[in-house]
Amino acid sequence: MSSVDSSVTRDPWRSHSVGVRHVIAEAPGIATYELTFNNQNVASTYRFLPGQFNMLYVPGIGESAISISSDPHSPQTLRHTIRAVGGVTQAIAKGGIGMSLGLRGPFGSHWPIDRCLPTNDGQRDIIIVAGGIGLAPLRSVIYSLCRQRDRLGKVVVMLGAKWPEDLLYRNEYSSWKERGIEVQTTVDRATDDWHRNVGVVTALLNRWRVDRPKQTIVMSCGPEVMMRYVVQSALQHHVPASNIWVALERHMNCAVGLCGHCQLGPAFLCKDGPVLPYPRVVDWLKVQAL
Amino acid sequence: MPDANVSSDAAFLEKAELNQLIRILRESGYRVVGPKIEQNAIVYAELESANDLPIGWSDAQEPGIYRLRRNDTESYFAYNVGPHSWKQFLFPPRITVATADRTEDGWQMDVPEDNVRMFAFLGVRACELKAIAIQDRVFMGGAYVDPIYQKRREAALIIAVNCTQAAKTCFCTSMNSGPRCLDGYDLALTEFFNGFEVEVGSAAGAAVLKKLAHRPATLDESSTAAKERSRAIDQISKHMSTEGIRDLLLKNLEHPRWDQVAERCLSCANCTMVCPTCFCSTVSEVADLQGDHVERLRTWDSCFNLDFSYIAGGIVRNDRRSRYRQWLTHKLASWQDQFDSSGCVGCGRCIAWCPVGIDLTEEVAAIRNEPSENRTLPVIQPSDSRVCGISRVPVAPSTDPPPIQPNDPRLDRSERNPS
Repeated sequence: MSSVDSSVTRDPWRSHSVGVRHVIAEAPGIATYELTFNNQNVASTYRFLPGQFNMLYVPGIGESAISISSDPHSPQTLRHTIRAVGGVTQAIAKGGIGMSLGLRGPFGSHWPIDRCLPTNDGQRDIIIVAGGIGLAPLRSVIYSLCRQRDRLGKVVVMLGAKWPEDLLYRNEYSSWKERGIEVQTTVDRATDDWHRNVGVVTALLNRWRVDRPKQTIVMSCGPEVMMRYVVQSALQHHVPASNIWVALERHMNCAVGLCGHCQLGPAFLCKDGPVLPYPRVVDWLKVQAL
Repeated sequence: MPDANVSSDAAFLEKAELNQLIRILRESGYRVVGPKIEQNAIVYAELESANDLPIGWSDAQEPGIYRLRRNDTESYFAYNVGPHSWKQFLFPPRITVATADRTEDGWQMDVPEDNVRMFAFLGVRACELKAIAIQDRVFMGGAYVDPIYQKRREAALIIAVNCTQAAKTCFCTSMNSGPRCLDGYDLALTEFFNGFEVEVGSAAGAAVLKKLAHRPATLDESSTAAKERSRAIDQISKHMSTEGIRDLLLKNLEHPRWDQVAERCLSCANCTMVCPTCFCSTVSEVADLQGDHVERLRTWDSCFNLDFSYIAGGIVRNDRRSRYRQWLTHKLASWQDQFDSSGCVGCGRCIAWCPVGIDLTEEVAAIRNEPSENRTLPVIQPSDSRVCGISRVPVAPSTDPPPIQPNDPRLDRSERNPS
């Protein structure tokens, strides 16, 4: 299911040495860090699939599971979009360009790119719904979809954020649109210069016309409460539950299903997830404090 | 009429040969680990000779109680499992999994050389063989293998001992994990008054036996051994019904019993520490004074620890109710989805070593006797922040469809909850 190479499965604790090559400010407290491997052999064999994550390591402080937000087609340009909230992410934010880090990965499941290909009942329509920094793991799949755009039906990306300045990757929307991807945005609280939607991102989905629900795939990442409403809305549009995919977050420590931290019911979100089809999590997401 | 002197498949070993066994294993380079009295309990520690064994000692166990008792015999193995299990040797409680060193070219990460001596375990009970088999699946059965466990496990020699008595906390018969040692050992001993009946479980075991003075066991000796073993079965008084236990527990995640047990549970994590299958761990950073050399230290962790479920935004399992529920439902229910077996072997350690004597078999029975199928959460209101227990800024549309149920007709047939 994943592109994990055998060096990761054999030696799950070995981190590779990487350096921060570029830092791109994205939003208040959020930046994208481009990393390069110090070892050329590692760099030339490193591959990942959209939705997978790496464990980024700041020696002396710890590790943090961070989704890869760059194009799987260009694994040499490895980008992670990080919000500085904890010890590790704040250290990375402080370190900036030239900082030396450890990296283990890639780990976890990926977005269902193989299911986006046309079958004998036609092309697939794609709906991507992201809340806040939930767009980071979805940007990888947007890049993948851009590459196979001519094989897809309607593709829409719905983005929600608290404030307009919190919308990630704003300068890329036009290039996605050029590829024939509709981009809709909404914010919880508008500023004076905001002239588009105000309200929750699920309202965009409620309004969206789903012409071919059986051929529609929904991918969503954001706060769990948001994804809950995304799922409800998608089901109301008659999209089959197995066509709805969500990315979930729990504390990830070992990243390989051996430490027990990231369990949600029977799933280890680090290796069974983070991307899962909705039917696999439906029973667990509604239980408080599971 | 079978001749009493005709041999069975098993061998007979004089009691004095046990010391020879330990000596031979040590000379072969093994670190021999077995039962030993320390701090008023029978623990597992390195043995130098058979004199280190708890000769003439038994134990009395009840919920929240463990006491050593003298018996009137010269027995080596007349005790039941204590606070230790073999997992501390295969899955060390503290071990460095990786290192980092600051160099002119940035941090260099490495995985330390694992120079561990081969273990020979002496005195492994049937429930513990099962526990090792379960941890084999956890650490070596998936796509990712834990190299530390694998190295220790593959080199380990296992000398099992059949139980000839049971504690009040034992319930291996309910978990189909004992008291008879059936597989997973190199040699299996059954102790009786003048010697051991020995069964060979592997070529490595046969090679060890070959170095000891032994002869085929007579049918009399084998039948004496069988009688000793059956005493353990007769003494087992605790039972847990496992029929449909996965669905029972997972359908009762909102049962009032969880609130009730939370009032008793101290969230001390003892049960997870003594459990021979619990495998949770965490990694912390241990740096030298200058911060130039860092060791990544893996230590046992527990789902009873508050920060175990920490994520950015809060702690998922913020009360003892949710933490006890996580432990028990993982152990007895979702473990089956993950590893195709129960996570419980019926050893009873969690019962004896619980400071307040919580007995998981009673908790399961209470739920089984009065099941209260899951209360389903009402439709979330915009003001309601309870989703998976984490407080998030709630954002919700004003007109909500009813929540999705497992058997909702909106789900395709194949996606509905099969139960």
